[in-house]
Amino acid sequence: MSPKTLYDKIWDAHVAHEADDGTCLLYIDRHLVHEVTSPQAFEGLRMAGRSVRAPDKTIAVPDHNVPTTPGREDPKNMTEDSAIQVAALDKNAKDFGIHYYPVSDVRQGIVHIVGPEQGWTLPGMTVVCGDSHTATHGAFGALAHGIGTSEVEHVLATQTLIQKKSKNMKVEITGKLRPGVTAKDITLSVIGKTGTAGGTGYVIEYCGEAIRDLSMEGRMTVCNMAIEGGARAGLIAPDEKTFEYVKGRPHAPKGAQWEAALNWWKTLFSDEDAHWDKVITIKGEDIAPVVTWGTSPEDVLPITAEVPAPESFEGGKVGAAKRSIEYMGLTPGQKLSDIEIDTVFIGSCTNGRIEDLRAAAEILKGKKIAVKRAMVVPGSGLVRAQAEEEGLADIFKEAGFEWRLAGCSMCLAMNPDQLAPGERCAATSNRNFEGRQGRGGRTHLMSPAMAAAAAITGKLTDVREMM
Amino acid sequence: MEKFEKLTGIAAPMPLVNIDTDMIIPKQFLKTIKRSGLGVNLFDEMRYDDNGDEIPDFVLNMPQYREAEILVAGDNFGCGSSREHAPWALKDFGIRAIVSTSFADIFYNNCFKNGILPIVLPQEAVDVLMKDAEKGSNARMTIDLENQVVTSSDGETFSFEVDSFKKHCLLNGLDDIGLTMEKAAAIDSFEAQASQARPWV
Ligand code: SF4
Repeated sequence: MSPKTLYDKIWDAHVAHEADDGTCLLYIDRHLVHEVTSPQAFEGLRMAGRSVRAPDKTIAVPDHNVPTTPGREDPKNMTEDSAIQVAALDKNAKDFGIHYYPVSDVRQGIVHIVGPEQGWTLPGMTVVCGDSHTATHGAFGALAHGIGTSEVEHVLATQTLIQKKSKNMKVEITGKLRPGVTAKDITLSVIGKTGTAGGTGYVIEYCGEAIRDLSMEGRMTVCNMAIEGGARAGLIAPDEKTFEYVKGRPHAPKGAQWEAALNWWKTLFSDEDAHWDKVITIKGEDIAPVVTWGTSPEDVLPITAEVPAPESFEGGKVGAAKRSIEYMGLTPGQKLSDIEIDTVFIGSCTNGRIEDLRAAAEILKGKKIAVKRAMVVPGSGLVRAQAEEEGLADIFKEAGFEWRLAGCSMCLAMNPDQLAPGERCAATSNRNFEGRQGRGGRTHLMSPAMAAAAAITGKLTDVREMM
Repeated sequence: MEKFEKLTGIAAPMPLVNIDTDMIIPKQFLKTIKRSGLGVNLFDEMRYDDNGDEIPDFVLNMPQYREAEILVAGDNFGCGSSREHAPWALKDFGIRAIVSTSFADIFYNNCFKNGILPIVLPQEAVDVLMKDAEKGSNARMTIDLENQVVTSSDGETFSFEVDSFKKHCLLNGLDDIGLTMEKAAAIDSFEAQASQARPWV
């Protein structure tokens, strides 16, 4: 047998039909659904008199526009259009008989945090969701990617997706990370190197010692942002850490099925001589704590650097950098560590897991914030509960952070959590686009520890100085 | 789905790189449960000021581009989220084709599901077409999907690649789900075999 990559193996195990031109019907093992990109898909099913083909493999949770303040079970506490979307999901979940975690359920949270937490996401699966950060689930060695609403409808109706195979790209992070450097710094640094279109047409497999050393939480952070690098999906081969994480979760296999699953999962790695269409290697020790300065996730620099001059770029990027710097209210040559921050947001599907809250709390312990406002939005109700049990919530509250309920919140500001025009935010989320966190809002992306450091000093700060 | 065969129309130049889905349709307009009506909010934050008044120098507000059916844009158009609201808004405004050097993967796919043709051309060709678009409403570009050719207002031609299956669906306005349903037997047998091989799924 010819050698295969991990992507090849998962792909081959899911092709239900292949046409002469290579267009495939890929069978989908898990379909995650949220309230924003699904109403039109369910409506389409109703209009065509179709049902959900595999309701048992379909899981829904409202996350994007639910408020993260108490009392949100009452639709009166939501804007009217948000309430309509959440009510539509409630109804669709019930009518079509799919698994559902309403806001009143402690297991509710951001769809990409709930999936792994409940054991819906398993190695070797195909996972889709009408959300680009579905890439997150690749941390388990699952082929996971975002789809549009027409495709959501297609998967609901047929449990398959029309796909052509992508190319294989290997991103290797060798050696060890230096202190203060986290999974977020890895994933931002990769995008800084490849650009936001560098992964277009590829599925990325992340490998190397620095990736192996990451916890499952860290691996999810890395894969989460594969999409910001333009890739269709990000993957990390499953190993003992993966199996350990999965074992015992509510929807993970048990008993004899666990053994059978484990046998197959252990074959899920890229063969020694597998073919790669593109390879990128970065030394772990070369990665520094980074922040973004512009309005594209590729605008990444070490915290010790300065705001670049637009002329230092090439082609269309010169104009884009000029526009970014103006939008961000910065000056070329200004030290990144001199940039003052108004707001800190810790949360999102990139960094809203327990380990992220621990990392931020570690820096915040016994300190007070020096910014106008700061909030922690745990990725799920269960993350929140665990953080309370571990005493992290108290650390955040004592420091002056707001301690919120689970949801997407200020990651995309569809709920009431938004930046005002010109307000500058240190955020652990994944997108710094113009207006992403509120019209005119200015976003700097970074790790939870770096965001905590910024909260204490009121400026972008090198977390290594606080360790 | 509306067919796309041949189109001759006004092209609006948008030389910006990395035009993302948040620019195309900001999140406050994602709270709809319908597919239609998003055209007025296309590029909302670039198109209107804080009072909701039009910003006169935004390309689609200029008299010569109000009827544009084609966009010529910089690299990596449509990056960002999977929101299909982006092609819905473009379509609702009247955009039927977009020319760029590259598109984000999910956005690219979403276009085909909505009767919009995204065309990838090399930088030199996009540069020529960008200049052509800058001439305004007298310069009409022609896009011929059957023959896979873009013709500038001066008659200069550029051929482009497109996946044969996607082309077939767009030319004929075919609905993917209907097509896949015809393969139900293959899905059934795959499902039966997979539930033996991986019963834990
Ligand atoms: S947390 Fe942000 S990126 Fe993640 S699913 Fe929610 S809105 Fe999307």
